Amino acid sequence: MSGRPASRLALAIAAGLGALAAATGPATAQELAHSQVERGRYLAIAGDCEACHTDFENGGAPFAGGRALSTPFGTIYSPNLTPDDETGLGRWTREEFHRALDEGRDDEGRHLYPAMPYPYYTLMTRQDTDAIFAYLRSLEPVAAETPENDLPFPLNIRRAVAGWKLLYFENETFDSVPDQSEEWNRGRFLVDGPLHCGGCHTGKNWLGADIDDEYLRGGLLENWFAPNIRGGENGGIAHWEVEDIVEFLGTGRGRHTVPMQRMGEVVAISTQNLREEDLRAVAVYLKSLDDAVREEHDAPEAARLETGAGLYFDNCAACHAADRSGVPYFFAPLDRSNKVLAENPASAIRIILGGARTQPTEAAPSMLAMPPFAWKLSDAQIADLLTYLRGSGDRRAAPVSAAQVAEMREYLAQEH
Amino acid sequence: MTGFTRRRIVQSMLFGGTALVLPSGLIAAEYGRGEGMPWSPFKGEPPYHGTHADSFFTPAEREAVAAICARLIPSDDDGPGATEADVVTFLDRQMAGFYGRGQHWYMRGPFAEGTATQGYQSRFPPAMLYRNALAELDAYCRTRHDAVFAGLTEELQDEVLTGLDEETLTFESVSAKTFFDLILKNTIEGFFADPIYGGNRDMVAWRYIGFPGTRYDYRDFVGHDGAPIQLATVSLTGRPGWSAP
Amino acid sequence: MTRELPGVDVVLVGFGWTGAIFAEKLTAAGLDVLALERGPWRDTAKDFATTFAQDELRYYWRHGMFQETSQSTLTFRNNSAQTALPMRHWGSFLPGNGVGGAGVHWNGQTYRFLPSDFVARSHNEERYGRLPEGMTVQDYGVTYEELEPHFDYFEKICGICGKAGNLGGSTVEGGNPFEGPRSDEYPNPPMEMTFSQDRFAAAARELGLSPFPVPSANMSRAYVNPLGLQLAPCTYCGFCEKYGCGNYSKSSPQTTIIPVLMQRENFTLRTETEVLSIETAADGSRASGVTYVDTSGETVFQPAEIVVMCAYPLENTRLMLLSGIGTPYDPRSGEGVVGKNYCYQVMSSATVFFEEEFTNGFVGAGALGMTVDDYNGDNFDHSKLGFIGGGYIACHTTNARPIESHPVPEGVPGWGSEWKRAMRENFLKTTTVGVHGASMAHRSNYLDLDPTYTDAHGRPLLRMTYDFTLNDRRLTDHITPIAEEIARGMGGREVKVNALNGSYDSTPYQTTHNTGGTIMGSSPADSVVNRYCQSWDLPNLFVAGAGLFPQNAGYNPTGTVGALAYWAAEAITEQYMRQPGPLVQA
Repeated sequence: MSGRPASRLALAIAAGLGALAAATGPATAQELAHSQVERGRYLAIAGDCEACHTDFENGGAPFAGGRALSTPFGTIYSPNLTPDDETGLGRWTREEFHRALDEGRDDEGRHLYPAMPYPYYTLMTRQDTDAIFAYLRSLEPVAAETPENDLPFPLNIRRAVAGWKLLYFENETFDSVPDQSEEWNRGRFLVDGPLHCGGCHTGKNWLGADIDDEYLRGGLLENWFAPNIRGGENGGIAHWEVEDIVEFLGTGRGRHTVPMQRMGEVVAISTQNLREEDLRAVAVYLKSLDDAVREEHDAPEAARLETGAGLYFDNCAACHAADRSGVPYFFAPLDRSNKVLAENPASAIRIILGGARTQPTEAAPSMLAMPPFAWKLSDAQIADLLTYLRGSGDRRAAPVSAAQVAEMREYLAQEH
Repeated sequence: MTGFTRRRIVQSMLFGGTALVLPSGLIAAEYGRGEGMPWSPFKGEPPYHGTHADSFFTPAEREAVAAICARLIPSDDDGPGATEADVVTFLDRQMAGFYGRGQHWYMRGPFAEGTATQGYQSRFPPAMLYRNALAELDAYCRTRHDAVFAGLTEELQDEVLTGLDEETLTFESVSAKTFFDLILKNTIEGFFADPIYGGNRDMVAWRYIGFPGTRYDYRDFVGHDGAPIQLATVSLTGRPGWSAP
Repeated sequence: MTRELPGVDVVLVGFGWTGAIFAEKLTAAGLDVLALERGPWRDTAKDFATTFAQDELRYYWRHGMFQETSQSTLTFRNNSAQTALPMRHWGSFLPGNGVGGAGVHWNGQTYRFLPSDFVARSHNEERYGRLPEGMTVQDYGVTYEELEPHFDYFEKICGICGKAGNLGGSTVEGGNPFEGPRSDEYPNPPMEMTFSQDRFAAAARELGLSPFPVPSANMSRAYVNPLGLQLAPCTYCGFCEKYGCGNYSKSSPQTTIIPVLMQRENFTLRTETEVLSIETAADGSRASGVTYVDTSGETVFQPAEIVVMCAYPLENTRLMLLSGIGTPYDPRSGEGVVGKNYCYQVMSSATVFFEEEFTNGFVGAGALGMTVDDYNGDNFDHSKLGFIGGGYIACHTTNARPIESHPVPEGVPGWGSEWKRAMRENFLKTTTVGVHGASMAHRSNYLDLDPTYTDAHGRPLLRMTYDFTLNDRRLTDHITPIAEEIARGMGGREVKVNALNGSYDSTPYQTTHNTGGTIMGSSPADSVVNRYCQSWDLPNLFVAGAGLFPQNAGYNPTGTVGALAYWAAEAITEQYMRQPGPLVQA
């Protein structure tokens, strides 16, 4: 291992963002040159398979499964993807693997729980899934039993999933939209397919299925609110340029915010390793998604704003600056933050309570942390602070109540 | 960065990866090996020592200490003193804690008087130095003035304290000058420390001298060019303008 | 029972600035590196977050991040006729503890020593004739020119904010015209100055002096260093020295090196382990590793191919003495080297009290200041002055933390109503012009093991025998009046001079710039290590830190400490790794 030269981030800052644009090359030619295994490895990175199929908490081997995934319905344990005969995919065939990603059925034809994002992966072609399978076959087999899922009746009956799929699953293939560019289509394929952005960023119904109208308008998962990532005029990231999105996903830093916690994991494991032209395609596609005009909220009462402003200045200015402009690439500007201004303030509340930390990437190895305020600020104070942040910019979001903060505090007390 | 390393860091950042378990049962905490920087939500070391009610002084000692503090930093027309700041409560907590016990100090013998440049050489940690000195102080005042220190007039109290400061008055068990220097230092600490430690009540001392407190961003005021800066004084636990907790 | 662990390529004793520097360079060269740190793990959000870092009582007065004297201290006396007594709690200086060491709680003033400082004996003798008897000043054995690339790199790692005064031999307006030639400008522009610095600079210019911005490790803007690590802009909160920085705006091992290190598979850090001794192989030819004790009290032998001593200078000296490495210095004969040439810093100041204007000292930063170098080093003619060396004269606004700083004018008593009023009247209206003077080595100032007092493990404490020398007194008598003159030109109501009088006093805080004891040089007869910071006795033992300084210059030491560490690390990777053995033949 050697010391690395000037980081991608440093270069990007030094050379201006144009440098990133200039580095983009033709995609398909390179892609074809990759072996099937390499292509599969790349798709597995894009699909972030490793994240769910590795039991990080207990130091499990990569892709050997066993990570507990808590869903609104109970706990599901991810299976072992290594080619171990007894506990992994050792005896699976390519066809069976394709069927898992394409139809959500296992080698015995049983329905898979949709915690596995096959509603997205189904967009991948047979060539794609064969490549991923080839890659997974190239891994060292690891013997690791997957724990039994912990689901209540009737969800513990796999056949129940059939009903779910009947309602919400469509075995789609990806069709290009002819009047859109190749880049846009590539972006849509990545976002809706392997990257499965909607898994977090699209609102879910009570059965955990995507609500079409909520497509990439933000979603709640384990009390993290994944914000609106539509890039059109009224979208959550309307103020982000294509370059901003590419930089955010590619380096783990950006002008507008830096990924922390869950999104940090996605960037660290998945997107920082994707080719730049793919990130650009994702960005171009997201920027094309407009959104409905946001519901306008009235400004909160003046006294509450003043209290909140004081709390902000006393507690937050040290990093986010007195005028909320932050320090780009470092401390998020809060005046237009899509997390702060999200309809659902869950992420903002829990970050203030417990703190958060950036994930190190190749380009940006610093691990910058926001400290917890749970010991210092009361529920009412955090509510006033957030109400100020959400109520004083050009775009306004609804006030936050002390009860909302209290509820989150209690939730986190159980989690930690 | 290898894939392995990246995973280890993801592990540490998601699950708070603190110190690794060491091979062979060593006790030391071990870090590194691609683990990244340990971190987990809610983890921090906010002030703790001396922030909660605790007491060392007897009622008589407390009375004497309060009286001494009140002469070192008097309440007067110009503003609040040690009494308004409740410095005695600060001192009571400090003496009851690790500081009073001299827990972090080198307290092995042999003990010798030493020169002025060699610093504190008492065999007693601060709390016991106070205890011994306060007993002798009250004994001296009773003999000389027929009342304990707290019962003397302010003029007489100043006279006694000047005696300690200028070493015209000495004690048997401890150095009167060491005691005076220490209680003066501790009184200034209590007057100006964050209110979380029991003194500087309602930030009276900070407001009196114009110190804005625990602010952490003066970027907008660097170019003050000699003009006063108007900012509300704030402490670690807030200020009156914050919403009620 | 001592347990023996599997060997490592390199063991670092101590993990502050120099430990982090060696670890980064040596792991990058592929070596397996283990750092042993006596104190605990420390990091920004956990140990000094913006939510509680600005706590004067906890961090300064209750020594939140310093070494505890209960664990280990030293004994002190002014001269060898006295009996040394233990420093029962810290006063004059504050050794760090824990990961990052004092690099966590330094101010960030990051100078380069002058070219002439590295050749203090030969340069001064050539210009002024023989140095007086007893003055054991000597050359470093390494030159400014050799260290220049390493100064430059350390400045880039830290993102130092300043203004070059000498770029490749050409004088640059606004910088220090006396500095050695630089290969590059500072990586960041100077900090924004306040009222006090403006007044100081104007007064200094009026006297024909050349003020320039103090090179600062508090950031003037956001910065990404050569390792890709990020620093944020300083917010001038005034909690630098004795405090950790809560918003990543001060260079420290934590902000500028450690995160990268912690992502390398070939780096390991073991905290709460105290090294008891450096072990020597049976044939006496090399160090075999170190013995340390962990918190359970178990002693452990850690074998290593290379040992680097990265603890504080006082502890490095003590460890060498306890380990029996090198010949202890004997002040009577002048023979021996370990413990020799202990030096400090010669400080004085002039406080300006303003009547109308507010200095607002709470708007400050550890290295926020303007300084003049006209009276530093050999930047002025010392003929007939009777001393060598000098010091910078600077106006810093580092803080107005009220327990620590409440200056009152001349004649005000130390307590009572009059004191209280004076404190209130002047708290926001004072600034200080400080002299930061060189400390020249003298035969009578040294470190050895105390015959009486022991630490928690029963090992002898270090004994410091130190007082200001004739050179120090003449130096301060010459330069303090110039500081006073500048102070009087700043437009205040009155000026109070705090001269250096009497003997060195170990109780009031002065500075944590303790140097010497493990000095470098050109011959084993007068130094502990050679020009590559390599032990003359054990070629696989290297030493870092200000203990290497044969005498202390009129600057803060960290810049030179950093450059020397990079210089020695390069000697290991470029020379020693190719051909292990002495890099200089004795």
